[in-house]
Amino acid sequence: MNAANWMLLVLLAPLAGFLINGLLGRRLGGNSAGWIGTLAILVSLTGSVYLFGQAGGSGLNHSYYRWISAGSLQADFGLMADGLNSILMLVITGVGLLIHLYSIGYMHHDKGFHKFFAYLNLFVFSMLLLVIGNNFIIMFFGWEGVGLCSYLLIGFWFENESYGKAARKAFVMNRIGDLGLLVGLFLIWYQFGTFNYSDVFAKVDAGMYKPEIITAICISLFIGATGKSAQIPLFTWLPDAMAGPTPVSALIHAATMVTAGIFMVVRCNHLFSYSPLALDIILYIGLATSVMAALIGLKQNDIKKVLAYSTVSQLGLMFVALGAGAYTAAVFHLVTHAFFKALLFLGSGSVIHGMNGEQDIRKMGGLASKMPVTYWTFLVGTLAITGFPFFSGFFSKDEILIALFQKNPVLYAIGLGSAFITAFYMFRLFFVTFHGKFRGSDEAASHVHESPLIMTLPLMVLAVLSVAGGLINLPHWAGSLAGGLEHRLSPLYMDTYHPSHVSMGVEIGLAALAFAGLVAAFLYNRGRFHKGNVVPESDEAMHGAGLFLAEKMRVDELYDSAVARPLESVSAGLHRSVDTGLLDGIVNGFGTISTKAAVLFARLQSGNISWYLLAMACGLVLLAALNLFI
Amino acid sequence: MELIIIPFIGALAVFFGGRKQAAPLALLGSLITLAYTLTVLSGFNTDGQFQLITDVPWLNNGIRFRTGLDGIGMLLVLLTHVLIPVIVLLQWKRDEADNAGFFGLVLLMQAALAGVFSALDGLVFYIFWELALIPVWFICARWGGENRLRITLKFFIYTFLGSVFMLASLLYLYFHTPGDHSFAWEALTAVNLSGSEAMWVGAGLLLAFFIKLPVFPFHTWQPDTYTVSPATGTMLLSGIMLKMGLFGLMRWYLPMVPEASGTQLPIAGTMALIGVVYGGIIALRQSDMKRISAYASMSHVGLIAAGIFTLSPTGMQGAMLQMFSHGVNIVGLFACIAIIENRAGTRDLAQLGGIASQARIFTILFMIVTLGTVAVPLTNGFPGELLLLQSVFQYHPAAGIVAGLTIILCAVYMLRMFQFSMLGQRKGDIYLFRDVEPHELIALGIVAALIIAIGFFPQPWLDLTGASVNRLLDIIQERVALR
Repeated sequence: MNAANWMLLVLLAPLAGFLINGLLGRRLGGNSAGWIGTLAILVSLTGSVYLFGQAGGSGLNHSYYRWISAGSLQADFGLMADGLNSILMLVITGVGLLIHLYSIGYMHHDKGFHKFFAYLNLFVFSMLLLVIGNNFIIMFFGWEGVGLCSYLLIGFWFENESYGKAARKAFVMNRIGDLGLLVGLFLIWYQFGTFNYSDVFAKVDAGMYKPEIITAICISLFIGATGKSAQIPLFTWLPDAMAGPTPVSALIHAATMVTAGIFMVVRCNHLFSYSPLALDIILYIGLATSVMAALIGLKQNDIKKVLAYSTVSQLGLMFVALGAGAYTAAVFHLVTHAFFKALLFLGSGSVIHGMNGEQDIRKMGGLASKMPVTYWTFLVGTLAITGFPFFSGFFSKDEILIALFQKNPVLYAIGLGSAFITAFYMFRLFFVTFHGKFRGSDEAASHVHESPLIMTLPLMVLAVLSVAGGLINLPHWAGSLAGGLEHRLSPLYMDTYHPSHVSMGVEIGLAALAFAGLVAAFLYNRGRFHKGNVVPESDEAMHGAGLFLAEKMRVDELYDSAVARPLESVSAGLHRSVDTGLLDGIVNGFGTISTKAAVLFARLQSGNISWYLLAMACGLVLLAALNLFI
Repeated sequence: MELIIIPFIGALAVFFGGRKQAAPLALLGSLITLAYTLTVLSGFNTDGQFQLITDVPWLNNGIRFRTGLDGIGMLLVLLTHVLIPVIVLLQWKRDEADNAGFFGLVLLMQAALAGVFSALDGLVFYIFWELALIPVWFICARWGGENRLRITLKFFIYTFLGSVFMLASLLYLYFHTPGDHSFAWEALTAVNLSGSEAMWVGAGLLLAFFIKLPVFPFHTWQPDTYTVSPATGTMLLSGIMLKMGLFGLMRWYLPMVPEASGTQLPIAGTMALIGVVYGGIIALRQSDMKRISAYASMSHVGLIAAGIFTLSPTGMQGAMLQMFSHGVNIVGLFACIAIIENRAGTRDLAQLGGIASQARIFTILFMIVTLGTVAVPLTNGFPGELLLLQSVFQYHPAAGIVAGLTIILCAVYMLRMFQFSMLGQRKGDIYLFRDVEPHELIALGIVAALIIAIGFFPQPWLDLTGASVNRLLDIIQERVALR
């Protein structure tokens, strides 16, 4: 089998899973739908491993058929595999496989079991399409496809109307971003006359561009990224998206879909590197998002909401890396984040599962002894995200901070602050959930149980990855083991690209600083929630800044009063005054006047259609007569 | 010509076949028409020339009964003959005393529509144009809902008024053809007009087509008419009949008065774009599903018109593809709404909800139709929308961004409609929603299959019209260059 077929196999296996489960799933008994879905991803993973081996150097590239050709516009259905997307394919199918496995346990009792796996497979298909395409149009297919699957899965429990609302919010906010992306695509066509990545980048490198158009392209593309990757101003859908089943949050809203924006910028690094302005915008937006989301995370008491804001914050950090030109660091953090955030989400799912659907951490506490596997793996995830030395997050986050330090020490300090807040809310979450006294009812206490092996096994695998993930791109002091990812990705960058390096001393100093913050956060929260048995305040007791953070800085309310409600008023107003009032009024006015006139003058108007038909017929005869005689 | 006559014969057979045989005969007739259309299509030459020409002397030498098809006409005839069996099938269970009249009118409409899309003579075009109005008006006025007479009369007079202006313009052109005068399409397009003449002639044509589409601000007949008409009437109007207006713009407006294009197109295009946003915004807050779809249709059609006015191959090709896709999607949409209204007794979103938990297959089909309308990639709505938006953006970036708002607005109102009708808790216990019946499954299955097939493979459809669009644009450019 040649590479072109392998790429198709990777892409189409999940689609086949979707079709089988979608069409026949209901008739399959037991867990078969789950196993079919999982098997489809396993096939895809196998193919991805093969492609990963083959995709060195210039990579693989194949166009299958001409999807569209109209006027001057053309686009092929073409796929590619290179250093960048072969890694992402591994992440998507690898983490995807674990989450599918986990879901067999998690969704076991759900009446929409087969539908869930059908959607999940469709999502993996769309996500693979997003990264595997060899041109912008295929990327856009995937981009919209994952948005659709996200909509379907957030609103999976469709009988709950607030879930449906969250699903629509996600889709619509994504679409706002998509308009930006689409404009970016049109500008690319306008400037380069092609949608193929390789052709576009070749033309940029050959200097065939206007700088201001490149900047416009990059900003437009980034607007798309703010939607999909939940950055300011389009980030508010992601916390609401937690309405979906938890495996969905792990796969779509942590590990894969939300990183699409990062993937796109790295994919287009040849464009972005020519626009310092766009890179600066990305850096500042990323940094602001990172800090803002981390602050909000401090005061959330829903276990999944904390993780959701944490995801927004970590995505912000990845954009910071992109803005600083440290593309590899962004991809590195993308990968490690996929491991530890998927782990944390699945762990929270295990907690929710054990707690019979309870998500409020104030009603938890002391779960460590009751759910040991979940507890230990969650600890690993927490240490990884907070950057505990030699865990995966330590390496990837440090790389970003170093890049930021080289760019500007003040920005570095802000980034460090964001990392510190992250450590703070993560340890808070950890201690409040697993330590202290159990705070639920006695009845709830008797039900708390560890999850079955099919759910804990993925946790253990992800825990190993969260520890060891740093190996893929060790710092330069690791000698020959260092920079695996860097070597793989560097052929995709421009010749002028140089990875950042600082002296060993600075590096140790920065790491020590981060570690000090981590320890402080650890000790504080341990003292408060473990030893002190403190319970986070109830909603009513909140006030001042804490309340402001707990209310998510009231951004939703702002958007509601600034955009949604005015638009609704305009809609109702246009309909009432302009449409039925003015325009239809004029038409009816004409009607009335002409009716009266007709009655007055000729009495021809009987209000009867037959009169018109007669008139038409007479007209035709007259016309014919005219012709015969003229 | 056979493409017009076969449905006409079908209509006669249904009229005289009696009540019991009406539906089977109508389906049989429309299927024969479809089969014949497909054989014609298989031998169709996509070089952009008029084919299948029928040319017989009629009133005199200059007014001949002349019909024929290029790719543009062929695609729309195909759309007509594909949708009519679907529309008939959806009424399969209809069993009323006036069945023969009802189905006969549908097929009569089909014949007239095929005539409009294949007319190559101005008078023939005009006659078919009016002939198409009569059956659908009868259907709407006879079998419609409350206030149907007042509303459909307004619709009739309004569109009729537009066509009177069109006739005046065509006559003006006719009297400026050389020699014994001719209504032939080629002769009419060859008439050279002065700037102000072209303005008036163009305005007359434009008015007729804009009312038919409809384009803002000539659209006020549409929401009421769509709402009050029976499902079949609404499907005929929105799925096929409004394509007459778009077709008219391409075949009978642009090449007739290219002299006016410099001044009229920016205005016309602006009106179309206003309609895109205006229709989309109003659709946000309506609670009647038919009314939402009416404004949605206005929004989508505005974009198609705007693409045509860019006078670019991309825009025209996008318009052609989207005409087909829009026809399929809007018929699917109104079919779903009809099924809901039929089962639940209402199409008011405030009173609906929770259908998804009771009608699984229907939910999937309605979802696919919704996705096609929202223009999600790999559905039929996307390729056309991509081409249209690209052409408008190329024409002017600001116009492109305004038009692009449709992708946001459409997602909002369509998903809202889907949410409140299908999802959530079942409202009350007033009904038990029956899933699709076999005839509905087949009809909506065809719609769903087309939605996905065109999404994956838009190119065959584009190939059908590509050369014709280029030829049309060449004619327009030549005429502009001549001046």
